[in-house]
Amino acid sequence: MTDVVLAATDLVHHLGQGAGRVQALKGVSLALKGGELVLLMGPSGSGKTTLLSILGCLMTPDAGTVHVGGHAVAGLDSEALAKLRRERIGFIFQSYHLFPTLNAEDNVRLALDVRGERARTAKAAAREVLGTVGLGHKRKSLPRALSGGEQQRVAIARAIVGKTQVILADEPTGALDTANGQAIMTLLADIAKDPSRAVLVVTHDPRILPFASRVVHIEDGRIVREEAVTESMKKVSNA
Amino acid sequence: MSLQFRLASRNLFHDRLRFIATIIGIIFSIVLVTVQMGLYVGFRRMVTTMIDHAPAQLWIMPVGTKCFEDPSLLDERQRFRALAVPGVAEATPLVIGYAQWRLPQGTTTPVFVVGSELRGLGLHPWNVVEGRLDDLSVPGAVAIDQTYFERLGITGVEQTAELRDRKVQVMAVSKGIRSFTTTPYVFTDVERARSYTGTPASKASYLLVRLAPEADLWKVQQGLRDSLGNVEVLTASEFRNRSRSFWLFGTGAGAALFAGALLGVIVGTVIVAQTLYSSTKDHINEFATLRAIGSSSRYIYTVIIWQALLSAIVGFAGAAGIGKIVAAATAESALPVIMTPMLTVALFLLTVTMCVGSAVAAIVKVMRIDPAMVFSR
Repeated sequence: MTDVVLAATDLVHHLGQGAGRVQALKGVSLALKGGELVLLMGPSGSGKTTLLSILGCLMTPDAGTVHVGGHAVAGLDSEALAKLRRERIGFIFQSYHLFPTLNAEDNVRLALDVRGERARTAKAAAREVLGTVGLGHKRKSLPRALSGGEQQRVAIARAIVGKTQVILADEPTGALDTANGQAIMTLLADIAKDPSRAVLVVTHDPRILPFASRVVHIEDGRIVREEAVTESMKKVSNA
Repeated sequence: MSLQFRLASRNLFHDRLRFIATIIGIIFSIVLVTVQMGLYVGFRRMVTTMIDHAPAQLWIMPVGTKCFEDPSLLDERQRFRALAVPGVAEATPLVIGYAQWRLPQGTTTPVFVVGSELRGLGLHPWNVVEGRLDDLSVPGAVAIDQTYFERLGITGVEQTAELRDRKVQVMAVSKGIRSFTTTPYVFTDVERARSYTGTPASKASYLLVRLAPEADLWKVQQGLRDSLGNVEVLTASEFRNRSRSFWLFGTGAGAALFAGALLGVIVGTVIVAQTLYSSTKDHINEFATLRAIGSSSRYIYTVIIWQALLSAIVGFAGAAGIGKIVAAATAESALPVIMTPMLTVALFLLTVTMCVGSAVAAIVKVMRIDPAMVFSR
């Protein structure tokens, strides 16, 4: 039996102010267990990004609770939230957000450097993880010298190098072609094989369905449906 | 190399044009401060050069004397009263004043006459490079500095001119005794100085006092004050401070130099602040990403402060180089820009403080970053 590594209960959150104020989340509850790769799907404006920001401790909900690795997030100040993020959550962004002036190895190393890891240890870990994502030979390359797929693999390496319990990915294949998208999802699925880690992927892309263990559908700030991915769904998706 | 340092240096050097503009701004600012403070140090030294070279431990002077060049007079009979005070080994008169020097060609120029007894305690020219001090005992003998040869129409010793319509002959030449007022100093015997400056025979500008061995300076000073009455008795150090205070602050010259230096600091601060702020703004996505992946505020501040320190080091190196050139170029002028080791260290600390202080605006900008923006960009 695997533990819940990320749990959100009855999340309510508003965005904007005055007449433009909208309720982005209307009582969302979600739990991620270790070993799961969960897809969060929904139309634009459904609340996916807001939910991802709250689950990633980048935003504090107006109501509801979030637990990361069993730790309650409520009441933590910005520094404590940052500590929680660097120790327990890895992020992958649609537009990669790599540091253009740092090479691939240093970009990966950053995730450990912000934790205060020793430089030598961090370098060794960064090299190892870059090897895992198939970029061992490009560790000295600057992001501009890498293709989109390679940049996203560096971003994945940065997200996983700290061995965090939770990986949150925002449209990780959104800017990639099919082959690169499949390669990225294979990497994320491999991470999710670890029973102590969970991966949540926000996506519009049905082609990545076969990599997931569960799909959560969100619409208009509410989770409208959750379903386990079956073999038949995988076949339909592949077809 | 620390990753924070690497990130800072890459951020800074990434936009070379902006970096060069920043460094020029810092150099301009620090050179301005260097020149102003170097002038201040030079001025501080120049205004007390006579006091520094007088072998007196105590100076007796008319009440209210503001500086060495003050033309007030005291009664020379005070000298004998001073000699009667326990602890006083020697007390000799010093006469100063302005006079007109007539060049051999017939034109005149003002000079500042310094006359003291040629034997024993007295204010004599130093760094004599031509002639001898002993030759000043010859009637009409004077000593001048080679800096003023052209002004005084002289090219070497034994040449003659007129001082207050009396013939004088240059018998000694010094090197480096310059006046910040640009009026040349002319050294001579005390009696002749009276004659050249129109000082009555019973008057003197100062009495220079040397103490007997093991006499207590403060006790002798108090004894002289009690005994002499209507005069001031200052230690050399007190007189130096009074002269500096008058020339630097009483005349406003020091305030003007400080104001110039302050302007330099303000200009530098604004330039560095603007650069760091715009650099931070340009890299706002990166700082937001850093925050999102869990860096502490301190980690980000360190990156920004490294940028400031790097700017300070590069900027200071350039400014110090230019400062040295300015100091060398003005070394022989009436008011040299002096770069002392202490001033150099102080300027470096000022540059660092200015640059780090400039990082505040950038830090405030970073503090306001919403890390959730990484999902929307």
